[in-house]
Amino acid sequence: MYSAADLRKGLKVEIDENPYEITEFNFVKPGKGQSLYVCKLKNMLTGSTLARTFRANDKVEQPALEEKNVVYSYAEGSDSDFMDRNFEQISVPNEVLGRNRHFLVEEQEANILFYNDRAIEVRIPTFVEKVITETEPGARGNTATNVMKPAKIESGYELNVPLFVNQGDLVRIDTRTGEYVDRARKS
Amino acid sequence: MSNWKKTRDRMAATRPAVEAKSEMLRAIRGYFLDNGFTEVETPVLLEFPALELNIDAERTSSGYLRTSPELAMKKLLAAGYERVFEVGPCFRRGERGALHNPEYTMLEWYRAHAGYMDVLADTRTLICRISQDVLGSTRITHGKNEIELDGDWETMTVAEAFTRFAGWNPVVAFDQERFELDLVSKVEPALSKERPVVLMDYPADVAALARLKPDNKSVAERWELYVGGVELANAFGELTDPEEQRVRFDICSVERVSQGRESYSIDEEFMEALGEMPPAAGVALGVDRLLMLLTDSQSLDDVLPFR
Repeated sequence: MYSAADLRKGLKVEIDENPYEITEFNFVKPGKGQSLYVCKLKNMLTGSTLARTFRANDKVEQPALEEKNVVYSYAEGSDSDFMDRNFEQISVPNEVLGRNRHFLVEEQEANILFYNDRAIEVRIPTFVEKVITETEPGARGNTATNVMKPAKIESGYELNVPLFVNQGDLVRIDTRTGEYVDRARKS
Repeated sequence: MSNWKKTRDRMAATRPAVEAKSEMLRAIRGYFLDNGFTEVETPVLLEFPALELNIDAERTSSGYLRTSPELAMKKLLAAGYERVFEVGPCFRRGERGALHNPEYTMLEWYRAHAGYMDVLADTRTLICRISQDVLGSTRITHGKNEIELDGDWETMTVAEAFTRFAGWNPVVAFDQERFELDLVSKVEPALSKERPVVLMDYPADVAALARLKPDNKSVAERWELYVGGVELANAFGELTDPEEQRVRFDICSVERVSQGRESYSIDEEFMEALGEMPPAAGVALGVDRLLMLLTDSQSLDDVLPFR
């Protein structure tokens, strides 16, 4: 249990059997009144947001969260498989991974967040490198970075790359936005 | 980044505000000394902190740090001092936010034989003088708002404000829980940020140390000033009846204990003094909050070098 005084931005709490992260936190106290903790919270399962004001005597549940450091193994149907430090295999459904399922790299580290033993979030590195498997041939010598064309990586994920990027090039992708950052290596 | 480097960066970033505060303190002293007030220094370390329902004192090995100089200043009034002011640090346990710091600078002044509306006039003159001395103008910019401190001040009773913005009248039927939640979520956000707003005549249930209005005992002679949406000052027509004061302290003490919080013993010297205190009015003003307004800051983070 947390007491209201423990609340702060980034803290994870449980409300109505759902895990929430506090995304905004304000301490307010009207003149001569009681302390109030005005929070905005994000449901970690659904992404929906909630506004809630806690009073000094309120108690808030602590969610059963556990984070495991793992490495990515391979894709298996609609799951992605990871291996933890004890060489135990963990399958995570692709809907939990969302867009990040396209950015998994074999043997790359990731952190899986479990809520009541159920994987709810997979955190991967901010930048990953992926090979371009499909794109129109680039205009030779055109190094402009502001003109973009569509391209695909192995998983089928589509992104825009500059004209000079060719099939087989290794590019760096920002996993927060899913966008091209720069070319890591020419093919 | 190391702690010292963070502190050093904060000190550099807040330097204009620190310099403005230094000018503010000069303006505050100038105003009060020109108006016949005596600057006093009352104890910071107290045996008996003021008993208030929602204010917790920081405990030390030999007493408590003051949450306000109120009781000591009232003793001075009872001893015959007629116009006193004090500016200095006060401490409130667990209060930290954009508008709160556990240690902050409070200005309080008291006038014997004055009413709570007289000290509202003092407040206006004082704030205008501080702004004029620090900024060279009584016009301030705070966020999106331009505020003329020497322009119209909006005055509203708490009954009017709640009826208009929250749809009920706490003076007719008081509900502590609802009062505080609606004050924060409905009333305060609806108050004008373009001119100073005074909420006055609080329900008797939240009178704190204010006396009830002689011609309407359902409300207390208390006002709060908001500038740019920031609650800046609180004032009372002071309660001088020791019997009523004891009843209020007792209620407060019982309530604190029932909430599982520490209660404080009544300062009997204060109770005796209260019986000799002349009618008076007093104001408590948050100096760091006024500094935020004068330096166009949204948080105490931007004005306090140590935080």
